[in-house]
Amino acid sequence: MDDPRPSLEPSSPARQPAPAPASVPERGADTPGRRAVRRFGRNRAAAASAVVLALLLLGVAIGPWLSPYAPDAISTDQFSPPDGRHWFGTDVHGRDLLARVLYGTRISLVVGAVGAGVSLVIGVLWGATAGYVGGRWDHIMMRVVDVLYSLPSIVFVIVLITTLEQYFGQWIARWLSPASGGTVRMLLLFAGLGAVSWLTMARIVRGQVMSLRTRSFVEASRALGAGHVSILRRHILPNISGVVIVYVMLTVPSVVLSESFLSYLGLGIQPPQASLGSLIADGATQINPFRTYWWLIVCPAGVLVATLLALNFVGDGLRDALDPRSEE
Amino acid sequence: MDLIKRILFLPPLLLLITFLAFVLVRVAPGGPFDRERRPASPEIERHIRAKYHLDESIGRQYLRYVGGLVRGDFGPSLKYRSHTVNDIIRQGLPVSLIVGGAAFGVALGLGIPLGFFTAVRRHRWEDMAGGFIALLAVCIPGFVVGPLLVMGLAIHWRLFPVALWGTASHAVLPVMALGIYFAGRVSRLMREGMQSTLTADFITTARAKGLSESAVLWRHAFPLAVLPVVSYAGPLLADLLTGSFVIESIFQIPGIGVFLVNSSLNRDYPMVVGLVLLYAALLLVLNLAVDCIHFWLDPRTRHG
Repeated sequence: MDDPRPSLEPSSPARQPAPAPASVPERGADTPGRRAVRRFGRNRAAAASAVVLALLLLGVAIGPWLSPYAPDAISTDQFSPPDGRHWFGTDVHGRDLLARVLYGTRISLVVGAVGAGVSLVIGVLWGATAGYVGGRWDHIMMRVVDVLYSLPSIVFVIVLITTLEQYFGQWIARWLSPASGGTVRMLLLFAGLGAVSWLTMARIVRGQVMSLRTRSFVEASRALGAGHVSILRRHILPNISGVVIVYVMLTVPSVVLSESFLSYLGLGIQPPQASLGSLIADGATQINPFRTYWWLIVCPAGVLVATLLALNFVGDGLRDALDPRSEE
Repeated sequence: MDLIKRILFLPPLLLLITFLAFVLVRVAPGGPFDRERRPASPEIERHIRAKYHLDESIGRQYLRYVGGLVRGDFGPSLKYRSHTVNDIIRQGLPVSLIVGGAAFGVALGLGIPLGFFTAVRRHRWEDMAGGFIALLAVCIPGFVVGPLLVMGLAIHWRLFPVALWGTASHAVLPVMALGIYFAGRVSRLMREGMQSTLTADFITTARAKGLSESAVLWRHAFPLAVLPVVSYAGPLLADLLTGSFVIESIFQIPGIGVFLVNSSLNRDYPMVVGLVLLYAALLLVLNLAVDCIHFWLDPRTRHG
């Protein structure tokens, strides 16, 4: 309760460009940041999803400790349907599916968050540079984006991951000496997924920066002798942060989805590690006309869908809340 | 003018994309003959490489490839050596076109009405329910919908065949599994476009003139509100028509989506480049078409 301003505040888009720390409003004052928080709270779906997401994070953080089963402990209890002992049932090796799903969700979320982070860094740097410099460089940089758009991203990811693995896999493994092959694969996934999902971010950021660059407060700052770096840091980046936050929130689910897809192909997370995608893929291989082990698909898929829904609702809610034009 | 310039730019752009794909798959480690059933002796492998001109410099290989392209020859497949890339595209593309085209129809046919309806009934329960359905569709990937449809409609109720390709009923489940996700995305775009159009001044003017509500919605709002969907439809159609790996492998359909992924994994160089070229050409032409439709739908560009 010492600081009434939530951490969201410095990145609120409606923040005027150059408020010194001295202009921190008093407790109870109606700041744009606080209005945004209030709007977000009034959006019931978004608020509920934020709670769901928080519970999910808590679950995957402490769940594996609470679960009596290790995610890779093999037992003779094969294909047992969900019951009191195994809430999500067991798989072909008699492993507890709940423990595996908790563990897989953790990996999927980490990949999603880091992948979105990588795409954020590349996308913002690329888009902001193109939009700010303008002219010929802008033209060249955006044509590069156009060309990358017209390569099928799946081909790009496959080639990128296998290439990186060949050239950097050994190096990373040596650098993180006790690292397992699984960790190296995850780092490569981060790089690969980030490297293909920054294109839209770059386009959005470029558009925003181009319109901000000619605004009068930026011109004024330039007239006062501010350098490019300080203009970008003090004026441009704070003003695009709202759009960027929203887009990052919506990138996380799409990266989680791509990771699931790659793991489904066998290119992502390697067994015995598991992600939601590889769990669903394992379940799909057990489909046969004689016995349906529905829980092997329904349980991981249910958690995946719930996670994606919550992320999307929160992203949509943030977009509406951070938009100063949305009605009160 | 601009259109002619863009059409003239297409061939060089495609050539650039081909070159990038060509270099990309060759720089990647591994080669097309790494996973042969029995390890070939160095002698034999050298012969195979010489037969496919893989022992030449990359520049010469590229020129040779472009020379073939000019004659409409996509080259041999290095993995399925009794087939050329032309053969495989000729066999697989029609199947992918049917599944992808039908899924495109599902995406627009379900997505546009749902988005339109939810935007018109804004803030009522229909909006909430429709919005939730659309978001749910976006959150269920094809590799979940596919197995669930198979377990429910094919295995349990025996309404449709489980997999394979042949009659029209074989196409139903794959088309649904592929189309539902995109119907959700289209619906969300349509809803957003419609919502922002309905708050515009010219809609207020149209209402003030005493036009009927249906004339306001369909004649005035719809052509503008559908623009985001039109922009999205170009890349979407290119994506759908070149096949989906997941759907084709779940339902055992002989399309080209499976080949795109497998050939990148196997480093079947001519195959990857040929399919990337196909996708890129489709994408660029469809984006051109999208811009033409934009021009025709948006009165501001038409009269401006």
